[in-house]
Amino acid sequence: MDILITGLLLGGIYALMAMGLSLQYGVARIMNLANGEMLVVGAFAAFWFYTVAEISPLISVFLISPVVFFANWLIYRFMLQPLVKRSKSQGQLEVDSILATFGMSFILVGLMVAVFGGDYFNYTFLAKPVDILGNTYAANRLVAFGMAILIGSLLYLWLNFTRPGMAMRAVSVNPDAAGLAGIDVQRMSALAFALGGAVTAIGGGFISTFQTMDASIGILFTMKALIIVIMGGVGDIRGTILAALVLGLLETFIATVIDPGLTLAAAYLVFILVLLFRPQGMFGRKPS
Amino acid sequence: MNNKDWRNLGLAALGLAIAACLPLSGNGYYLTIGVTIAMYTVLATSWALFSGPTHYISLATAAFYGLGTYVVAMGIDDVPYVILLVIALGVGAIAAGLVGLATLRLSGVYFVIFTLGLAEMTRQVVTWIQSNWGGHQGNYVLTDITEEMIYWQLLAVAACVYLVGWLIGRSRLGFALKIIGNDEVVAAHSGINTARSKVILFMVSGMVAALVGAILAPRWTYIEPSMAFSPMLSFQVVIMALLGGVNRLWGPLVGVIPFTLLWEAVSISFPNQTLLLMGVAFLLIVYAIPHGFVGLIEKYNARFRGDG
Repeated sequence: MDILITGLLLGGIYALMAMGLSLQYGVARIMNLANGEMLVVGAFAAFWFYTVAEISPLISVFLISPVVFFANWLIYRFMLQPLVKRSKSQGQLEVDSILATFGMSFILVGLMVAVFGGDYFNYTFLAKPVDILGNTYAANRLVAFGMAILIGSLLYLWLNFTRPGMAMRAVSVNPDAAGLAGIDVQRMSALAFALGGAVTAIGGGFISTFQTMDASIGILFTMKALIIVIMGGVGDIRGTILAALVLGLLETFIATVIDPGLTLAAAYLVFILVLLFRPQGMFGRKPS
Repeated sequence: MNNKDWRNLGLAALGLAIAACLPLSGNGYYLTIGVTIAMYTVLATSWALFSGPTHYISLATAAFYGLGTYVVAMGIDDVPYVILLVIALGVGAIAAGLVGLATLRLSGVYFVIFTLGLAEMTRQVVTWIQSNWGGHQGNYVLTDITEEMIYWQLLAVAACVYLVGWLIGRSRLGFALKIIGNDEVVAAHSGINTARSKVILFMVSGMVAALVGAILAPRWTYIEPSMAFSPMLSFQVVIMALLGGVNRLWGPLVGVIPFTLLWEAVSISFPNQTLLLMGVAFLLIVYAIPHGFVGLIEKYNARFRGDG
């Protein structure tokens, strides 16, 4: 029971960061390997606001996310859009965007190490115990989980019941046809990329309330987000959330029962199973 | 073989002979740099054998290299060194084969993601196995193998890699891979078993990485998982190979030498800025020199000849 709840709480956070990546890859077609660094940027910012200005992460994430949104929009507009334009095929774009976002991720880590140093950082926020079904859990994890559900639902509703959301889904299904239907594909892609970055940074802000981080931890989060996105099916918010919960549960199970040092190995186990049996994602249909 | 092939072979042999004389200079620092350059040359060239024609970016080098190092670290007390090298080759081939079978049937993105975390995952598993059944985390590697011997071994491996690369380039397998890299659908329709060709070549590059790891193991006296499986190695190899250019067999070498020297200089003066250097190098490759130094050289060569 303890494993179940801890796992679900962890999975909720994973869902938040993976939703960002899912938007970026599903709509903007950019496999963003600097995604984890955006998360660390969000975490750093929340840490800074809390320790220096004593602003609660619950408020500061809403100050951070517009900045990150704009920064990601600039990155897409000026660094990634030229790659989209020059690429002749999806494969070429994938190779280029992978290398370019690797470059960005190293530069971000390098800058963060230069500015903040390579030390671990953490702070105490809402570390009060809360009792659920006889076991105690930290309040900050519950808050983070609640926020993940809130943002996930908002995103889902927005994508499915508004016009811009529908346009975004259309681009995700087929960019060429979406263009013919009068959708500004480039603008939608930039929007999706920026939105994805902002969602990931919000996730980072909440993760920092209970997890110790350092500047170079981003790649681990990228890795997990990638596995979740593939498992859930690219561009599928429902699938992403479910996949994140599955991964959270499995990781908690392996960390508790076998060894806490094997969490990435647990993620790989899921990854291999997905690749072997359902490479199109949990809800995906087989390509004909 | 025509005249041009003989000329190239002669040049390669000459270059190798000159390189082999380096330890005679008696300068320890040059030798250390020489070992590093030889190591990256072998790794980057064998990486380019697979990733050059297929455009699949492999980040698994560190995982195979670490496995090779670990084979030597665990067996050095009981098994002769030469046999350990052979075992490392086998382990590398098997590991690469398994990874290839799981991922290379699918699109390139899955492959990149899978290899991205592979070194870290292998490290976790090796650490776990060692702390549960091995009793201790690290191993001592005490041998009488000197730096010169490591250097010469690496040169010999480099010669083999160039030879194998040249043979593959002339074989049906090499031709198949070029078609796969251009258009996988076309390749499949012309009767090429695309998955098999990719897995075979990936195994070759995995074997070489494991062998290099095994050869370099005696350089350290004490080996623990976090040293053997350093994920940075994979990225360095990718940068060097792409910086040099992967469309020619000698391309990676053109990237390895300047980048290694630059890396050494930066890590001595600004040890915290190596990450920035890597980031900048990646962006350079994508935005400024997509075909590497070799592409630049060939472009200017063509212009020069066109004018004259």
